[in-house]
Amino acid sequence: MKYFGLIWAGLWRKRARTFFTMASVVVAFLLFGLLQGINQGFNTVVTNLNVDRLYVSAKTNMTDGLPIAYAARIRNVPGVKALSHWTYFGGYYQNAKNAIPAFATDARQLFKVYHELTIKPEYLDAMERTRTGAIVSQQLAQQYGWKIGDRVPLGTSIWTTKQGSSTWMFDIVGTFDVSAYNQGFPAFYLNQEYFTENAAFGGSVVHYYLVGISDPHQATQISKQIDALFENSTNETRTQTESALAQQQLKALGDINFIVNAIVGAVLFTLMFLTANTMMQSVSERTPELAVLKTLGFSDGKVLTLVLIEALALCVFAAAIGLALATFAFNSGALKAVFGGFRMPLIVMGMGAGVALLLALISGLPPAWRARQLNIVDALAGR
Amino acid sequence: MTPVVSLRNVAKSYLRGKQQVEVLHGVNLDIASGEFLALMGPSGSGKTTMLNLVAGLDQPTSGEVYVAGERIDSLSRAALATWRSHHIGFVFQFYNLLPVLTAEANVEVPLLLTSLSRGERRKRVETALQLVGLADRGKHKPNELSGGQQQRVAIARALVADPTLLVCDEPTGDLDRRSAEEIMNLLQALNRSQGKTIVMVTHDPKAAEYASRELHLDKGRLVDEAARRAA
Repeated sequence: MKYFGLIWAGLWRKRARTFFTMASVVVAFLLFGLLQGINQGFNTVVTNLNVDRLYVSAKTNMTDGLPIAYAARIRNVPGVKALSHWTYFGGYYQNAKNAIPAFATDARQLFKVYHELTIKPEYLDAMERTRTGAIVSQQLAQQYGWKIGDRVPLGTSIWTTKQGSSTWMFDIVGTFDVSAYNQGFPAFYLNQEYFTENAAFGGSVVHYYLVGISDPHQATQISKQIDALFENSTNETRTQTESALAQQQLKALGDINFIVNAIVGAVLFTLMFLTANTMMQSVSERTPELAVLKTLGFSDGKVLTLVLIEALALCVFAAAIGLALATFAFNSGALKAVFGGFRMPLIVMGMGAGVALLLALISGLPPAWRARQLNIVDALAGR
Repeated sequence: MTPVVSLRNVAKSYLRGKQQVEVLHGVNLDIASGEFLALMGPSGSGKTTMLNLVAGLDQPTSGEVYVAGERIDSLSRAALATWRSHHIGFVFQFYNLLPVLTAEANVEVPLLLTSLSRGERRKRVETALQLVGLADRGKHKPNELSGGQQQRVAIARALVADPTLLVCDEPTGDLDRRSAEEIMNLLQALNRSQGKTIVMVTHDPKAAEYASRELHLDKGRLVDEAARRAA
């Protein structure tokens, strides 16, 4: 600690250079924090997904759909305690830019499968009574100012009605809370029967069967049993856990892990040279000063340590600012809208600290070693 | 009296390119405790090399160097560093203060190597700055001080750890006449009132007059004083 003044003064010897180097490190660690945070956030979401739910889709492709008649056979598989289904509606409100995550479903059964969602029972009763009924998330209702009793037109580029219209009318009969899922959860439910009867084509197809099971340990066995039911049929099935499905969907976006690591790796690699260059210049300029320290009795090891700690202070201080900014960015409105309630995982902070230490060591070691090897007589003579 | 510094058959040579340059040839010298020695000679005579050997900054090619009762020519780099921090105060021609630190902080640097507390270090720094007449300039950075003042700060830094030997390499070489006199008066006072042993390299005969003994080096050999005076 008594050397702090010496180290700090050395660090700020050339203020502009140190400031710009620090700014580069801050930006790099801001990027690191954001990308790794998103990556870890995805992993955490996938890991935390419920394992007492299975998703059954067409083996070939989800969009191929499955006959609605499969429901009765799946419901009879031992261990299945609830069954519902989703048919992707793909709607928009007023303007194609206002995409609405809408699905046709059996709402009462759906809320049994998604037991963590909260909805008033009277809304489910109203949904059953109202063929054109719709249940929407509170957030979506708030976003568009919808109230129970409102009649809402939803456009769709996929499903035309039997009357040839691409606009469907729905009556809002209830809302539900999706706070357990943040913004990523489908938020607009319409009655499957109404959809099936009014769609000009394909209305009797479902994209996913959602299966609630009594024992998560039986997930693999039940999945196999369900798939076995429809083996060699024209519509073979693929049954997956929620977690496996999420991973598959994420993979469809690309290998996020690889992309994140590649970008961060490239940035840090460049940064390493930048920081090493700064430290090299700094040590080179201070050759006579370092020689004076050695003359006064500072050992080679002590001089090496001082230069290394200087590199550490530069990297760790700037990295801490970068990671703090990333944490702040995660909590800001702009990113919340995109990623929902992601929080900067502690592991990313730990990784950031480790990377900052490594960066400081790699970039600080060559100049520190050079300072250590400095010959006093030659350095004082300017040789 | 046991000498503080003893050089026995000390030789030093450097490899400059492919050429071996002999700088010192079998030098023998004793410096008594409390002595103020001025080492003079033309450029390239080996004055600074000899000073570096005495200060433990360099090691001889052959011969023995004893300072403060310890043979230092065979010490490792690390041991020499520790030894210097205990026994040597160094004053350079160009002051060599750390430009980013205040005068106080510069004077404190040698004390960072000791186990003194912050309060004790501060007291010692104040005393050293008072001794050189710069108690009121402690918060100033080197570029806010004149050359003479910077050199006085450098002397305070050399003194603050109470070394056995004060080693000065052309301490007035970068100063005007008036500042040079001030510095020499200060060194003389330190020698006379504090009993500091001082070894000073200088080109300046006027500076050498402040010393209690003058020695001349020529082509790496100490010149016999009587013969020199006769010549």
